[in-house]
Amino acid sequence: MSSVASAAARSEAAKASDRPEPTNHTAVNKPHRSFGTVIAPYLFVAPAFIVVFVFVVLAALNTFRLAFTDSTLLKPGKFVGFQNFIDLFQDEYFLTALLNSSLYVVCVVPFMVILPLILANLVKGNGRIMGFFRTAFYMPVVMSAVVVGMIWTNLLDSQGLINSILKGAGIIEEAIPFLTNRWGILFSSMFVTIWLGLGYYMVIYLTALANIDESLYEAAALDGAGPVRQFVSVTMPGVRSTMVLIMMLSTISAFRVFNEVYVLTNGTAGPGGMDMTMSMLIKNEGTGIQARTGYASAISLVVLVIVGTLLIIQQIIQKRGED
Amino acid sequence: MKIAGKRITVGKVVQYLILILMFVVLVGPFVWELSLSLKGPGDNVYAVPPYIIPKTPTLENYVDVFRQVPVAHYMLNSLIVACISIAGNIILSTMAGYALGRLKWKGRGLVFAIFMGTMVIPLEGVMISQFLIVKGMGLQNTLVSVALPGLVTAMNILLMTNAFKSIPMELEEAAMVDGANLWQRFFRICVPQVKGTMTVVGIFAFVGAWNDFLWPLITISDENNYTLTLGMNRLKGLFISDPRLIAAGALVSLIPIIIFFCCFQRYFFRGLEAGGLKG
Repeated sequence: MSSVASAAARSEAAKASDRPEPTNHTAVNKPHRSFGTVIAPYLFVAPAFIVVFVFVVLAALNTFRLAFTDSTLLKPGKFVGFQNFIDLFQDEYFLTALLNSSLYVVCVVPFMVILPLILANLVKGNGRIMGFFRTAFYMPVVMSAVVVGMIWTNLLDSQGLINSILKGAGIIEEAIPFLTNRWGILFSSMFVTIWLGLGYYMVIYLTALANIDESLYEAAALDGAGPVRQFVSVTMPGVRSTMVLIMMLSTISAFRVFNEVYVLTNGTAGPGGMDMTMSMLIKNEGTGIQARTGYASAISLVVLVIVGTLLIIQQIIQKRGED
Repeated sequence: MKIAGKRITVGKVVQYLILILMFVVLVGPFVWELSLSLKGPGDNVYAVPPYIIPKTPTLENYVDVFRQVPVAHYMLNSLIVACISIAGNIILSTMAGYALGRLKWKGRGLVFAIFMGTMVIPLEGVMISQFLIVKGMGLQNTLVSVALPGLVTAMNILLMTNAFKSIPMELEEAAMVDGANLWQRFFRICVPQVKGTMTVVGIFAFVGAWNDFLWPLITISDENNYTLTLGMNRLKGLFISDPRLIAAGALVSLIPIIIFFCCFQRYFFRGLEAGGLKG
């Protein structure tokens, strides 16, 4: 969860650096700085820096290096140029994974941008009842995708609750095969992803809604605008930059989907591996005794480039919106 | 134009209808699983139409889950990982945040830029290399290795840096006049001011570690060191044919996080605001 939020905080980081920095002037002006004071900042920052440097910076550089080798878990491998990338685009699993992860983005993101905004509008404001609904809607967010996957495996089973309700209501005769064919599994996973994420984005929208000037609504109401009209002409413009942010956050997390598909397919990536996603493919290729670490790193690099590009696009859109 | 009062009434009805519908969709599954987990052999779990109240209520399913899968052991493993992660994130990000937010030193801008730059890197981009690093350290398949890459995140460092920056200068200056040295100012003046943010960091570290699945799946192979999510994944494979047991397992593993959420609820919402998500 925090990795998703992390991207969001970057805009705040940019703002923070614009502020005049309340640094320790007195310490700077102090005539004699003891040795301890000089090295203290480095001691403070060193532990965190070492962790981040080793596990993110070095790891990323190593991914970049490995992507151009044919290394496996058991042998270091040698430089092979762009061979891995040439192989990738002839690899049926990779193309399937790229398609599925992209489809995931196309289908999930619109729901993540619109539904939580509507929900946030309905639960904003004070009072116990709204507070209760907010808490209830947020609950799935703190739950592990594995456990939620277990629950939905039960619910979406051919004899599960959803099919029982639909049959009981006379809507369907035959059970809907949610979890047995390629598209059923993919769309069911998307549903679980949306189900899990609604509350999270709802809370982000709530903070944005709190910043909209209440007098705008009053003015709109005086002009005779109903709730729908107010939503379109006051709320939507007011949360525009948040919408862009959520669009990017949900795009990135949808593209990286792993847990939901893994759990709903019992780790098999569906019939014939046709529900493979990018993250699952990296895990499959890069782990185990037969791991092709070089090839898996090439896929990682593709993901890195795609995610990086998306974040840069988001920054540009956000900057343009602020000017 | 209609009378405002009437329109509001219609609006309210629609509003509450949608809210109740969403409540059923988002909370209903848990209620159904609870009902399933309590249903005994006398109940038809596949009944059409379905029913909620068990006809032969029993706790046997829960006993079965604990007998067949060492759930408590998995929970303990998850708890160990979560504790390491909480301690690491709170301590390391507080220290780094203090240096970045309140002290002046050569290279500060560069270090801050490196931290922020790492935020764009998704786990998938580095997890194979992380595994190779952990393996190189001889730590693969240990609980420490599960916590290690997330011991501190750039996001938390940013949160702490911003928290330290927002402390008024006067506080520290006054302490300085009184002759307090850097360590005293850090522990006695600044840290107490950012306790709220430290709590937020700790809470998100807990939830992140507790729910993490992909990374433990890669680094842990020995069932003895399974975390709860790995254990539940295994349980699901074992009991795929009996929804009662899956439901019981799911609920057991949800109880700790639900209690945790209820205790620290306000911090969850506060954390998202502190994360700079103010649009």
